[in-house]
Amino acid sequence: MWQEFRTNPRTAGRCEQSPPSGIIEPNVPRVRLFLTCLCDAFFGEVGIATVKCLEHAGCEVEFVESQTCCGQPPFNAGDWADARRVATHCRTALLETKLPVVAPSSSCTAMVRHGFPMLFEGTEHENAFELAEFLVHEVGLQAWPAKKEYKRKIALHRACHGRALGLTNEQELLLQCIPGVELIPFNHPEQCCGFGGAFSVNHKNLSANIGLEKLHQILESGAEEIVGGDMGCLMHLDGLIQRNKMPLTVRHFAEILAEVIE
Amino acid sequence: MSSRVEDYASHLNQETIDSVRGASALKVTSRQVALKAVFVDADEARANAAEIKNYVLDNLSKLLLELEANCEKNGIQVHWAKDAAAANRIILDLCRKASPEGGTIAKAKSMATEEIHLNKHLEEAGYQPVETDLGEFVVQIDGDTPSHIVTPIIHKNRRQIAESFKREGLGEYSEVPEILAMQAREYLRQKFKDAKIGISGVNFGIAATGRLVLVENEGNSRLSTTAPPIHIALMGIEKILPEERDLALFIPLLAGSATGQTVTSYTHLISGPRNNNLDGPEEVHLVLLDNGRTRVLNGRYREILRCIRCGACMNVCPVYRQSSGHAYGHVYGGPIGAVLVPAMEGVEKFGDLAKASSLCGACEEVCPVKIPLPDMLLKLRDDAYRAKLNKDGIPWGPFAFGATHPGAWRMGLKMLPMASKLPHPLKKGWTESREAPGREGRDFRRWWHDRS
Repeated sequence: MWQEFRTNPRTAGRCEQSPPSGIIEPNVPRVRLFLTCLCDAFFGEVGIATVKCLEHAGCEVEFVESQTCCGQPPFNAGDWADARRVATHCRTALLETKLPVVAPSSSCTAMVRHGFPMLFEGTEHENAFELAEFLVHEVGLQAWPAKKEYKRKIALHRACHGRALGLTNEQELLLQCIPGVELIPFNHPEQCCGFGGAFSVNHKNLSANIGLEKLHQILESGAEEIVGGDMGCLMHLDGLIQRNKMPLTVRHFAEILAEVIE
Repeated sequence: MSSRVEDYASHLNQETIDSVRGASALKVTSRQVALKAVFVDADEARANAAEIKNYVLDNLSKLLLELEANCEKNGIQVHWAKDAAAANRIILDLCRKASPEGGTIAKAKSMATEEIHLNKHLEEAGYQPVETDLGEFVVQIDGDTPSHIVTPIIHKNRRQIAESFKREGLGEYSEVPEILAMQAREYLRQKFKDAKIGISGVNFGIAATGRLVLVENEGNSRLSTTAPPIHIALMGIEKILPEERDLALFIPLLAGSATGQTVTSYTHLISGPRNNNLDGPEEVHLVLLDNGRTRVLNGRYREILRCIRCGACMNVCPVYRQSSGHAYGHVYGGPIGAVLVPAMEGVEKFGDLAKASSLCGACEEVCPVKIPLPDMLLKLRDDAYRAKLNKDGIPWGPFAFGATHPGAWRMGLKMLPMASKLPHPLKKGWTESREAPGREGRDFRRWWHDRS
């Protein structure tokens, strides 16, 4: 049903239209939230913001209490037997539905769409979506209907797992028309933040150095806030920012979207 | 479980990191500009190139025989080397026949000869192989090894090179690149005149015509392959292209991906030895090197053999930029090395290389033949885990138990604020350079429960 509303926006860079206002006509009646384990454990506010964004976009959100993790940590570590156990639970509890399943994370979504077929040959879960991807391509938003301004110079960090999903400018589209938001370009945006899950602890020096390089590029750009779509990247960058006392903050884009509609 | 890459990078000096990172970043930009200038749709070009290479891999035995037959028609003598030892033996035999008393060998840049450690074998047999590519020349006079498959001295800056040249008595101290290049040129000119044998690699071997294609920018490959009476070319068996028209795609793709050029300064199509005229060598030999490639062809990492050795994956790799190619402990470093080396030589010895990646996927995004490098790194980790090479890693069993039992999962989450106060090996790795995340704001499950 929801596939009928698929659109393919190719506008990027500037806000080219007047922002829509008010509640969007509900064309996607019901979606399922994929909370992700990081938001379950540490970043509840991002989960709450995701629900508010989806509801504002006209969706009715359901939450399956038995969901846990997608299995990416053991998968990336090479323990595919344990990864299959966790992934099987994820499929049964969360994904076996006709409803779209939406996560505030390209990493977890990529695990489902790209990783699961590696674990279970011949399977696919086309109904899993990253939040911005869902709002832009499935709901059909070209901009976010903000009611308030968000005055901040923002460096938008593109999470690497977006590559596996074919994401392009979805988060940018949603953010760029919010009054007050200034998206600041910075050098080498294609570079990873250095998080990489367990890589961040078993390759702690490389991970930190890659992260610091990213932060230097962003500091140099004059941005005040790093906005991303994955709490993994943001948790790692925030840890580095705090340790090095840098004048930067981090935020998930869903939190900003939710803040400007309240 | 850590890796040799992390260990090496942890002790690397800032000057080297700056050299590697700076030069890599420049090439990322120039690559984009060059590919955009040549191709209407670079992604489509990459997809086409991947398909041609897949065809090559699917028909490798047939194409190799076709290459052999057509080379011999052209007067190129073909030799087959099962492994590095065989390749060294064949090349050494050819050298002994051509110049039994030893002597100078002019070498054009070739990673295949690095792979079999040819120089060491030639030197032990009394020959003086001279690297004539400027970067490889610096590597040789410094007793160093290449840290990048295209730009071997990416880890050095011009001050270090100037010091090496002065030490070797190549001329007055200068940090001006043009002056350094002239000093090397003067020195090498005599070597080309002295050389009895020239040795090169091959970028593409054309099956349909039996011609060997080499691309370069300095002209040293032309001199190495034409001035000495004997030319020996070493080629990995996967470097075949079916037809010459494929070069229209592969040469700009290689030049753009490797050095940000639309085309290299020199492109050689070597058709064989001299033919009733004064130019060119009297004999041309092609040594076809397997060295584990057939095993890779029949295994889980087959697609890695599509590689055309452009080094774009290294330039864009955040781990490579912080560690250099030397960190990988093999002639092939960066993402291509992290897959190719364990695939060719086994996960037992090199499986840790696959761990040295954040799996960001930038390598796959730039690969001119679309090799799914991140997927292969994951598969290598799976191989290593099943071979029980991960004994000191994180035990995932308890995690998997929690993640498959929702009651235990929720209980664990409730206890997390308490548990996070306890010491834990994971936490130590995290907090050495970063602050630990705390639970910020509201708990989602409580919020959800309260509102419904």
